[in-house]
Amino acid sequence: MAQIFHPATNVIAKATIFGGLFLLAFVCYVAAGVERSPWITHEGMYREQPVPFSHEHHVGGLGIDCRYCHTSVETSPFAGIPATKVCMTCHSRLWTNAALLEPVRESWNLNKPIAWTRVHDLPDYVYFNHSIHVAKGVGCATCHGRVDRMPLMMQAHSLRMEWCLDCHRNPEKYVRPKEKVFDMAYEPPGGREQTALGEKLVQQYHIRKEQLTNCAVCHR
Amino acid sequence: MTDQVIQPGHTFATVTDKIASIVLTRPIGRGWLVLVVITGFLTIMLSTAVGYLLAVGVGIWGVDVPVAWGFAIVNFVWWIGIGHAGTFISAFLLLLRQDWRTSINRFAEAMTLFAVACAGLFPLLHLGRPWFFYWLFPYPNTMKLWPQWRSPLVWDVFAVSTYATVSLIFWYVGLIPDLATLRDRSRHRVGRVVYGILAMGWRNSARHWHRYQMAYLLLAGLAAPLVVSVHSIVGMDFASAQLPGWHSTIFPPYFVAGAIFSGFAMVMTLAIPLRAVYGLKDFITARHLDNCAKLMLVTGLIVAYGYSSEIFLAWLSGNEFEWYMTTNRMGGAYGPAFWALILCNVVIPQSLWFKRVRVNPKTLWIVSLVINVGMWLERYVIVITSLHRDFLPSSWGMYYPTIWDWATFIGTLGFFLLCVLLFIRVLPAISIFEMRELVHETSLAPAPAAAEGGK
Repeated sequence: MAQIFHPATNVIAKATIFGGLFLLAFVCYVAAGVERSPWITHEGMYREQPVPFSHEHHVGGLGIDCRYCHTSVETSPFAGIPATKVCMTCHSRLWTNAALLEPVRESWNLNKPIAWTRVHDLPDYVYFNHSIHVAKGVGCATCHGRVDRMPLMMQAHSLRMEWCLDCHRNPEKYVRPKEKVFDMAYEPPGGREQTALGEKLVQQYHIRKEQLTNCAVCHR
Repeated sequence: MTDQVIQPGHTFATVTDKIASIVLTRPIGRGWLVLVVITGFLTIMLSTAVGYLLAVGVGIWGVDVPVAWGFAIVNFVWWIGIGHAGTFISAFLLLLRQDWRTSINRFAEAMTLFAVACAGLFPLLHLGRPWFFYWLFPYPNTMKLWPQWRSPLVWDVFAVSTYATVSLIFWYVGLIPDLATLRDRSRHRVGRVVYGILAMGWRNSARHWHRYQMAYLLLAGLAAPLVVSVHSIVGMDFASAQLPGWHSTIFPPYFVAGAIFSGFAMVMTLAIPLRAVYGLKDFITARHLDNCAKLMLVTGLIVAYGYSSEIFLAWLSGNEFEWYMTTNRMGGAYGPAFWALILCNVVIPQSLWFKRVRVNPKTLWIVSLVINVGMWLERYVIVITSLHRDFLPSSWGMYYPTIWDWATFIGTLGFFLLCVLLFIRVLPAISIFEMRELVHETSLAPAPAAAEGGK
């Protein structure tokens, strides 16, 4: 009886045994990478806005405080997107004819809010509160990055749960003195010094680490 | 006569012919076709029920507070228990050198695989969002979460997935020499190629056999502890809860005994029609029926001991909730289910004390069916009666399975039988090479002593 298989199939058989394992490992590796890539998380991506508002110009250049526009950041879960009125405090006098600002004037005249595109959008099953983070010494830049260097708003981090937990499990790695919370240029001391400072601040601000990883803290 | 594990007069060739012909040459019978159509429809019903569940959610089932574990968990425990006989036969009895296992181990292992497939379906669907089932595994996820290792439900994931993997590998390794036989005997090119690929280049050389025996024994050694561990863990799903009726240390061992009890009942339920229809009475003899029936009797008695111990300890504890649960189980709304279970699992199996019942295929088949029903009822009673009335009378309630509960359960029965039917026609239902070994051993010994081979 003739052979059914050519001798070369031996090689294929062996290759599929080991190849299957490698393929499986490779698929898992790629899946884990894709799941964390900006393609899924939007990390590092700029968003088109109705008005190309530049934080770089307003914060970095002019030195306007975060709270001038995001008024409720210290008192409420939501930092607050400024109303057109806030823009008009300056722009009713400055650049009154600039073409770029036409949507702002239109919004003002028609009494219709500007439809900004949300950049940092957490899932609805996550309860996030800005005020408590600000009150416990988490700097704006820790989560939002160097906003004073962003010509258009960009999502600085992945906003993945692992990213949240990185701080919730070890807040001493990130907390800073309260008076530096709105300081974009604040540089954490880094290394052992940050840990020492962080541990001191965690004590001082009564940050109860054992509660921070309770599911119900964020998923209510 | 009836004491033989293989009827006299068989040679290597007749054994091979007989078993391989079911796969290779036997035409498709009308009865088989009718059964495939019926079970195929039931499988379609199952996929409809599952599809609807995925679309709408577990609300289509009867589960609610307080009975949040309904049919899904009952069916899961029942199916996974059935699988245990396959592993018991193939691993335990192999290590104990019981030669009578040879003719039933192959399809018992196949039965294990199909039962585990049916079992695995239920907890997955019960998750609510089954597409996130992989959250139960410890892998570096973007949530930075690790499974809750103190939960027996996580142990379940590992127990069942290990069990499924080891059973599959064990079954496949056992098939390799037979696949080579089919490859060599197949008259169609497609058959030769497919069986050839599956046989993985088996050439029947002495070196192959040497390595093969070693691998098979090692796998049996790996599989043997699983017989005990898997259903113990399933038992702990209940025992580690605080609920009266579940919170009992006897659960793991008595669940294992119950699993083997129901598994052998299912083996007999399948084996008796199989040997009649395909003329395998020479290989699955009255000796096999007798041995399996004895095992059912023993495990049935252990299970009965479990029931009485539960009742006795509920009384001994003096705990009013335990005792209320016990009386409510026997005399409450689900009392008839309890007494039906006692009838099926304790009373009727006592008929197996009589040899006439054990070696008569018809009576044994009926007793096996009764035990299958009884073991399902046992899980029903454990799950439902314990949950429906716990500590607080304000949270008491009743459980009513919906049509979708029934469709899913009956659908898995259809799917299971469909798999068995297809298996019988595409793979050798009895291990050819092990039967040849048996012929070799029995023909070397003088004729009367052959009967004593397995003692």
